[in-house]
Amino acid sequence: MDLTLEDFAAAVGSTGPVAIAGLGTRSRPLSDVRVVNAPIGIEWIEPAEMTIRCGAGTPVDEVDAALAEHGQQVAVHSGGTVGGALAVGQSGIRRLAYGAMRDALLQANYVNAAGKLVKAGGPTVKNVSGFDLCRLLVGSHGTLGFIGDVILRTRPKASFEQWFTSDRDPWELLTGLFRPTSVLWDGATTWVLLEGDDRDVAEMAERFLLTAVPSGPELPTGGRWSMAPSELVSLRVAPPGSFVAEIGVGVVHHTRPRPERSPDPVQADLHARIKQEFDPTGRLNPGIDALPVR
Amino acid sequence: MTVIDTAIDLDAVARALRTRLRDDQVRDSPTLRNLYRHDASNMTGRAGIVCFAESTEDVQACVQVAADMGVPFMARGSGTGLAGGAVPPPDAIVISTTKMNKILSVDEVNRIAWVEPGVLNLDLSKQIAHLGVHFAPDPSSQQTCSIGGNVANNSGGPHCLADGVTNAHIHGMEVVLPDGSISVLGGEEPEPDGLDLRGVFVGSEGMFGVATKICVRLMQNPPDVATMLMDFGSVAEGANLVSDIIASGIVPAAVEMMDQLCLIAVEEFIHAGLPVDQAAALLIEVVGPPEGVAADVERIFELASARGVGTIRVAADDEERALLWKGRKSAFGAIANVMPNYYLHDTVVPRHKLAEVLDQIYEIVERHELRVLNVFHAGDGNLHPLILFDGSVEGVSERVHAAGREIVKASVDAGGVLSGEHGIGLEKRDLMPLMFSETDLSAQADLRRAFDPQLISNPDKVLPNPATCGEIHSAPEGAWI
Repeated sequence: MDLTLEDFAAAVGSTGPVAIAGLGTRSRPLSDVRVVNAPIGIEWIEPAEMTIRCGAGTPVDEVDAALAEHGQQVAVHSGGTVGGALAVGQSGIRRLAYGAMRDALLQANYVNAAGKLVKAGGPTVKNVSGFDLCRLLVGSHGTLGFIGDVILRTRPKASFEQWFTSDRDPWELLTGLFRPTSVLWDGATTWVLLEGDDRDVAEMAERFLLTAVPSGPELPTGGRWSMAPSELVSLRVAPPGSFVAEIGVGVVHHTRPRPERSPDPVQADLHARIKQEFDPTGRLNPGIDALPVR
Repeated sequence: MTVIDTAIDLDAVARALRTRLRDDQVRDSPTLRNLYRHDASNMTGRAGIVCFAESTEDVQACVQVAADMGVPFMARGSGTGLAGGAVPPPDAIVISTTKMNKILSVDEVNRIAWVEPGVLNLDLSKQIAHLGVHFAPDPSSQQTCSIGGNVANNSGGPHCLADGVTNAHIHGMEVVLPDGSISVLGGEEPEPDGLDLRGVFVGSEGMFGVATKICVRLMQNPPDVATMLMDFGSVAEGANLVSDIIASGIVPAAVEMMDQLCLIAVEEFIHAGLPVDQAAALLIEVVGPPEGVAADVERIFELASARGVGTIRVAADDEERALLWKGRKSAFGAIANVMPNYYLHDTVVPRHKLAEVLDQIYEIVERHELRVLNVFHAGDGNLHPLILFDGSVEGVSERVHAAGREIVKASVDAGGVLSGEHGIGLEKRDLMPLMFSETDLSAQADLRRAFDPQLISNPDKVLPNPATCGEIHSAPEGAWI
């Protein structure tokens, strides 16, 4: 890493407002606040453990490239830095098969509001030693601590993958196909990503009359909606082309911004108490709320 | 052991509970309090009043009484936990969720179900089997453990190697927080607003509140399964094969190891034709579409032969597969033929350290003049050494505990962790500093305080040095303190 964890902690310090920035792909840095950057670089890759350790400032693309040499990958949303992806907490479009990105984070060393290094989680895939602070960090938008380095769980890259389209009902494909990697639907067309042994993929494609295509659909970027997977049927009345829905998952990539909703008061209280415990003076990423009222 | 008098007026608590629940739901007879003083660990506590909740409102009533009167409470599922997580704090209100055992809804298309916490793990998978789906976490206690308990402990099981542990299979849950308020953490939607409170609640060992409805993810049953048993002349050869398989890009559904003493004990018990003359055996299961399974099996055979595998037995049908799995899952029962008592440990080491740490375990146990039997989730590096002993021998429990501590330390020193699936509970609470600094532990305590400012939800577990708990603290029998 280009910076030791201790140096990173010293840069965060213990007083005054401070913000963390990655590559700025997910949010703009705050103005009028001192900005720090997390360490960059891959510490090690252990293919037989299916783990990688890297600085939170490492670009996801760099991690992808390094892991590809070992035939592995990590379920962290592409673009930006590893720390940025974890802080925002959104999963990629392969969540249906790979699971949520949050499950990829095994251990994190983060700097707390007092400028001290804290270890969350542990280095092994299986670990129930103490409360799972890693889950708290993912999606916390840097409001509880700044991640310095992480150990991530990797997964093998499939020997073969292929996108397909179909005019069949997406739920029929979700029900019939064996663990598809992704099922996307824009109200008219269904896209399916299948991975595995090429003969198994070919057999499934033939059985379900799928048409091979070079890639999945373009995803609208106007808004990212989160719906119960069973509620996606309500999109049947939406104009085709206005959205691409992740069937079986519930993320909807929409041309329009997400409808506003107000947080559950019990959870708003709990968020406030957690913030108070972790950052009593509100110095970390000031102005950002992990549970915004919108 | 002397239990410190906590000055809780149990009669007053019982009266308060009876204004909210039916009399037959609130039990304080000596027999029942005695029955609920422990879980499946060897530690005991002191149950105050045992309440049998039948609904979220019942749980809320119990928690509200506890919060109003400043009395500790502890939710309890089937009581199969091995780390003392469900050993009641002195005079606690024990909230049993066993009667909350309904499967509330199943969405077979999106593979989501809502269940009550008392639903038993295996019952869930059995009742949805006709839909071609199952609940992936499968602890060895799955016939008797509850989904609520699985959530509290973030339980694992042999088939968590490919599919992940409980946390990856819980979409959300309705909870009663320690102040009596009710909320739904997470849910069916993939990206709920705010922090992942669902994720931190799973595995919080009953210290963040009580889950009253649980939304679980269901997995498709695989079209094809290959189960094979391989034996080896040395434990190291088998252990190293595990790393070889993972490094080659294959993640089997399960990779379990049994050492020779385990093979002998199990064979005497179930007569499955196990290789009792070999040092170790691996039970490997690969699942998926047929061609992929066949390719994986072929590659595993190649890797195994490079590691000097003895015989390879492939289950010819479901019956033989069930027999091989019965061998793995009967290990605990089979031990009775070897020694009257055992102490089961649970640590994790990096896969490539398996052979080295197993050697250390044999050495440690021998030095303490004890015997050990190993049967464990090798694919995850999740060790389960069973230290065998005769409890009637004077001074043996000190040796058992001393050996156990050394095993835990050896695992952490090898780059591993304190627990893979049993949790910390009381058993390993005071070993937490082996893995975490004071600052690390203080962050965990901060999170707990945010959920439970009164510190009444299953206090004294997980975090060492509970100075803040005042007189509630007491060392239960059997704890490593």
